[in-house]
Amino acid sequence: MKKIKKTLHIESSPHIHAGGGNVETIMRNVVYALIPTALFAVVAFGLSALLVIVVAILSCVITERVLCFLSKQNNTVNDWSIIITGLIYGLTLPPGLALWMVFVGAVFAVAIGKFIFGGLGYNPFNPALVGRAFLQAAFPSSMTNWSPAFSDDRFTSLPSSILTLPLASPVYDQLSSATPLAAHKFDNIDTAPMDLLLGLSSGSTGETCAILILAGGLYLIARNMMNWRIPVGILLTVFVLSSLFHGLEPDKYPGAWFMLFSGGLMLGAMFMATDPVASPITHLGCLLYGILIGLLIVLIRLWGGLPEGVMYAILFANAVSPHIDRWIQPTAFGTGNSP
Amino acid sequence: MFGLTKRTFRHGIHPPEQKDETAQLAIRHFPFAPLMLIPLHQHIGKAAICIVHENQEIVRGQLLGKPNGFMSTAIHSPAEGIVKRIGLMPSAQGKMVEGIYLQPYEGSTQEISCGEPCGLTASPEEILTAIQQAGIVGLGGAAFPTHAKLKAPEGKTIDTLLINGAECEPYLTTDHRVMLEQHQDIFLGIRYLLKVTGAQQAIIGIEKNKQNAADMLQQHLPADLSAKIEIVNTKYPQGAEKILINVLLGRVVPSGGHSMDVHVAGVNVATCAEIGRLLPLGQGIQERVITVGGPGIIKKGNYRIPIGTPLRFILETVGVTDDISTIFLGGPMMGQAINNLDIPITKGVSGVIAFTQQQYRERPEKIYPCIHCGRCVDACPMSLIPSQLGLLARNEQFTTMAEQFHLNECFECGACSFVCPSHIPLVQLFRVAKHSLKKEIHSKSHSTTS
Repeated sequence: MKKIKKTLHIESSPHIHAGGGNVETIMRNVVYALIPTALFAVVAFGLSALLVIVVAILSCVITERVLCFLSKQNNTVNDWSIIITGLIYGLTLPPGLALWMVFVGAVFAVAIGKFIFGGLGYNPFNPALVGRAFLQAAFPSSMTNWSPAFSDDRFTSLPSSILTLPLASPVYDQLSSATPLAAHKFDNIDTAPMDLLLGLSSGSTGETCAILILAGGLYLIARNMMNWRIPVGILLTVFVLSSLFHGLEPDKYPGAWFMLFSGGLMLGAMFMATDPVASPITHLGCLLYGILIGLLIVLIRLWGGLPEGVMYAILFANAVSPHIDRWIQPTAFGTGNSP
Repeated sequence: MFGLTKRTFRHGIHPPEQKDETAQLAIRHFPFAPLMLIPLHQHIGKAAICIVHENQEIVRGQLLGKPNGFMSTAIHSPAEGIVKRIGLMPSAQGKMVEGIYLQPYEGSTQEISCGEPCGLTASPEEILTAIQQAGIVGLGGAAFPTHAKLKAPEGKTIDTLLINGAECEPYLTTDHRVMLEQHQDIFLGIRYLLKVTGAQQAIIGIEKNKQNAADMLQQHLPADLSAKIEIVNTKYPQGAEKILINVLLGRVVPSGGHSMDVHVAGVNVATCAEIGRLLPLGQGIQERVITVGGPGIIKKGNYRIPIGTPLRFILETVGVTDDISTIFLGGPMMGQAINNLDIPITKGVSGVIAFTQQQYRERPEKIYPCIHCGRCVDACPMSLIPSQLGLLARNEQFTTMAEQFHLNECFECGACSFVCPSHIPLVQLFRVAKHSLKKEIHSKSHSTTS
């Protein structure tokens, strides 16, 4: 009989774990899911999109690193969540945006959108959208100046606006091209849904190719890293409502497929509204949250002054999300009338 | 049956079962340790009263401690020998407890002393007393005195006897083996229990992964016994009594209530088998079936181990690998980690599982902030919001946890901690919270009375 001489570890049960990925793995997979979209952005808008995305990510990472250092907290850069923030933020910006504005918005996104609330897990709003909303308010004209997609010189020259010196107003040397939503709203020009699906129109760097975004979202859903009820809630609501209004007045209101594939809707539904931290925790709550976002998008797009409303719809729903969690609580076993 | 039972429940998890290695190993007897430690308090309720003295010679099966009131039960000697000492001994919970040090005689014949046999013709009250005198407690792990679960208080009736053979904890195969090998004891136990409780029917709930056990019982089911065997889905924690009652009968035990509130008496299948085995002989519990397994164990198996056997003796007998890291009593989901091998086996121990350095390395280490992913909400069989509870626990908002978020419904199954991608030790936080609340209530009641 062999004697046991061993120091044993003591830990609290359970002694096994599901594995299958921690927070870091989930975050990393979100980044993977966004890579095709980011690559397409570079293909469609060339060097300027590449610069905007790279600067967006770098600014976010640097801001977080510096803030961690200044507040003497553990460095949280390597949990990948900041990469997602930076990437999504970059993908929502117009491709010709001045890089110093990209930087300012990134600092705002990380500092005000995330860090002051306590960092990962505590941000009430999607930080990337906080940064974008700040830019939208501060530089409305720059934020609505869209370079055309697939211009011939996109890999050889940079638009002069992108390298504008800090605090100077950018000068645009090429004609701004209207986004499909703006074209519809202000000029009554419709874009074919197929063009939107394939990303042939202009828009923010990463929002144009609906099909790649959809594929990325499906990847995350398949890996159980995203609550599918949120995008389904959004997309269904937008589809149903816009079909209804289009059916009533086809000349005034755009068709459902156009609504679904245009603007930031797909990117917002798949990657921004689904930020788990800023969305409800129950399945029913997620569905309601999605429906609320869909409702607000339709409201802003059809009757609001702006051509696009995804960002504000999500930010507003983020604010409502804790209340949804408060209203919709699962009935604890044995406390309700039914199981 | 035609959808009368749903066979599964909302939420829950599917941990790897890990039962294959020991499920086909028949129950084997275990040798006596050179010194046995028999605590007087092996059950929920009051400790037994010691009725032996030091240097007294003891026969196997002799009564060592008699029940101290209704919420208490008897303790019997696991072996023939001599009482070396009566005093404090280490326990799994970490504190020292009162108990009897018994030195078994070498080469003793080990004939079992018998008390008064209790036949099926006895009255319900006599059977109830016999169960208490036999020292029978819930062998599934709760160690709740069984007789206390069988007597419906005034105004309540029991119509169904639920025999729990779910055994949902990974690694554990004791109930599985008992069902395969002791069907006669189980059916006899059911007869006793039906008589005691006055229930009209018995249902044996078995998880799907033990189909052969269900078939075995079905095959030998006596025609005159109003019992049926129900297969339920393999899902953790299917074996939790409230869950199994809900799955098989569609009844919901109200918050803070017991199975009796929904006219059910729930008894673990191994407990039922012990009743059927011991009562006709007038014996008490001297040993119990334990799964000794896990990657760190060399001779894995299901052993009938005498109560009071020190853990060290068990591990040295079956052999452990050089790289063991963690040993726990019970299954990996709810079992308790042990670092003192001198503690004895008690009636509530259903498994001794050893993990190696490999499992230790694989366990999650870094704790991330809660990202609100909702996996714990999806896992909680009680439909609580573990993430919210965890947040409140960290801020020591214990009263809010209990009053608004049903902390006391949590039975610490571990499903939330199991799925958490942030590796937050949710169950541990809840234990601390419950403990603090208890202390708070305790000190309050003290201050008002004094």
